[in-house]
Amino acid sequence: MAALLGRSCRKLSFPSLTHGARRVSTETGKPLNLYSAINQALHIALDTDPRSYVFGEDVGFGGVFRCTTGLAERFGKNRVFNTPLCEQGIVGFGIGLAAMGNRAIVEIQFADYIYPAFDQIVNEAAKFRYRSGNQFNCGGLTIRAPYGAVGHGGHYHSQSPEAFFCHVPGIKVVIPRSPREAKGLLLSCIRDPNPVVFFEPKWLYRQAVEEVPEHDYMIPLSEAEVIREGNDITLVGWGAQLTVMEQACLDAEKEGISCELIDLKTLLPWDKETVEASVKKTGRLLISHEAPVTGGFGAEISATILERCFLKLEAPVSRVCGLDTPFPLVFEPFYMPTKNKILDAIKSTVNY
Amino acid sequence: MALSRLSSRSNTFLKPAITALPSSIRRHVSTDSSPITIETAVPFTSHLCESPSRSVETSSEEILAFFRDMARMRRMEIAADSLYKAKLIRGFCHLYDGQEALAVGMEAAITKKDAIITSYRDHCTFIGRGGKLVDAFSELMGRKTGCSHGKGGSMHFYKKDASFYGGHGIVGAQIPLGCGLAFAQKYNKDEAVTFALYGDGAANQGQLFEALNISALWDLPAILVCENNHYGMGTATWRSAKSPAYFKRGDYVPGLKVDGMDALAVKQACKFAKEHALKNGPIILEMDTYRYHGHSMSDPGSTYRTRDEISGVRQVRDPIERVRKLLLSHDIATEKELKDMEKEIRKEVDDAVAQAKESPVPDASELFTNMYVKDCGVESFGADRKELKVTLP
Repeated sequence: MAALLGRSCRKLSFPSLTHGARRVSTETGKPLNLYSAINQALHIALDTDPRSYVFGEDVGFGGVFRCTTGLAERFGKNRVFNTPLCEQGIVGFGIGLAAMGNRAIVEIQFADYIYPAFDQIVNEAAKFRYRSGNQFNCGGLTIRAPYGAVGHGGHYHSQSPEAFFCHVPGIKVVIPRSPREAKGLLLSCIRDPNPVVFFEPKWLYRQAVEEVPEHDYMIPLSEAEVIREGNDITLVGWGAQLTVMEQACLDAEKEGISCELIDLKTLLPWDKETVEASVKKTGRLLISHEAPVTGGFGAEISATILERCFLKLEAPVSRVCGLDTPFPLVFEPFYMPTKNKILDAIKSTVNY
Repeated sequence: MALSRLSSRSNTFLKPAITALPSSIRRHVSTDSSPITIETAVPFTSHLCESPSRSVETSSEEILAFFRDMARMRRMEIAADSLYKAKLIRGFCHLYDGQEALAVGMEAAITKKDAIITSYRDHCTFIGRGGKLVDAFSELMGRKTGCSHGKGGSMHFYKKDASFYGGHGIVGAQIPLGCGLAFAQKYNKDEAVTFALYGDGAANQGQLFEALNISALWDLPAILVCENNHYGMGTATWRSAKSPAYFKRGDYVPGLKVDGMDALAVKQACKFAKEHALKNGPIILEMDTYRYHGHSMSDPGSTYRTRDEISGVRQVRDPIERVRKLLLSHDIATEKELKDMEKEIRKEVDDAVAQAKESPVPDASELFTNMYVKDCGVESFGADRKELKVTLP
């Protein structure tokens, strides 16, 4: 399958997604942290498609989070290269490269710096295929950016901008929760024929360690996963927040509340069916994300579920999210949607 | 401010020296502001304008003040380094040591009515603008008494009464802002200018060129200062810029290349630039400088450059050493006096750190203040939208 790539004409061909459909979660592998898993995925991506490129600020020496270690040495400076400090230019350049049938894997150093490129993503990448009547597309574009709180990041190293991008039809938004997921999801994103924004939870770069299979595998996009089964309430989240939610679920269990936890994985387009089925079973929904609550992606999930499950709901949908303030400096512990806030919300929803 | 402190201090340590050398032809530093002329080591290079003269008018008072201020800044940055490693400063901390000449040289040429706006490497610029050490350390440690009340941190120092429009985290964002400040100054006929500082990394941002065009079109008194320390995070200038002659990148905007490690050259250039900007509009100053620390405290600074390079610059071009040699060769102060001054400064910094450590963290309610103008009545929601609801103060 991999051999077909790069030999065909301009159009990108993609390995069948059944390739990744086997349950990777049961396989064993080497214990890796998040940045190593992402590094492996990038090595595989560049290895399997000779027309893929990795570029961004400081990626040559391995990047500020070591995600691109060894790539420049292995694949050469023509395929893995540093760009000047200009996000708008980098993403625009990536769109152009992708429009010529290449896989452009762009790194934005921190998600907080993605805004200069917002225009390119929204007005160019998302609309290219649509406005050209499918003559052109930039499906080979994948934008990777570390997002989320890291304990002391302050205003500009902690933001979660996923909601801005979920509002743009034409791109996909994917957020992994762990090393094993990240590798499979990133490979799927790179090989997906649509432009994708891939947010990596930076808190987990070193903190999360998991057994990651060494071979090439893909995890399907737009498929949510029920990572913990329960009957009383459905919790939906993504990225690093799931770890916090899982702790809350364990605590809730001690109080006799059985929680079902779903990892959305892909936020746009999101798997409405899985969440709907779960909420129809439990009758209650709680969404949690680090981004501020007003206008966060939780609002979209809440509205959709309300439409689909209105009569089955036992309580209003609860959102436990970041506060409506800029991401603070010393106040980070107050701002964050912590385990206790989630636990409180679980209890008040169940006891509604 | 530094100069008046000088006159009261220098008397005490100069007296013994003078009695020890009865036939000394040494001048009294404290009262000496008679002009000395020093030649800059490196000539200026210009683009679309004349170079200023290499002979800089200064005085022993001023050179001593340079020494004192730069030593203070250097000491502050080293102290910040230790505090960061002790986890008292958290978050991201970008240190300026090596680049002090820029901050002091600029201040010597301008007034507090001229505005300065810079990037996140702003601690020394803040001190240059008259900021107090204790305010700086408090802000770094996120305390209430910090210059931004603990809400800004290392990257966001501001000082309104000294026209210091701060510290910006997003690279290059301060440049269009600086041009806006210049527009206001011109509109209000302030006879003042704005210095917008940015780095060699930011020099590749599109917004710089947008701002340059607007400033040149409307003849704004904006001086764009490129602090070229040769590395944008980990990428060297030759790898990120087709034309690393940043002073020429303005194309139709004149530029000047300056040895940024020479405080006197910086002073001369800034003086020249201010006169130019008030008459003719924008000008770019490229300051050739160097940072000893990595990009931030999270960056060791040695993965993309050799330790030999860093120590080489420290030996040959260090701004403080250069001024020290000047002071010694012009007989303005003795080795011992300078060492004593440095000891005093060390104590000053230590005291400021101790004082800052005592100050309290801002109250939790401060999380919600100053998002909108006071009493705007906007509601902010907490984790549970039903119960935790506050109307922003």
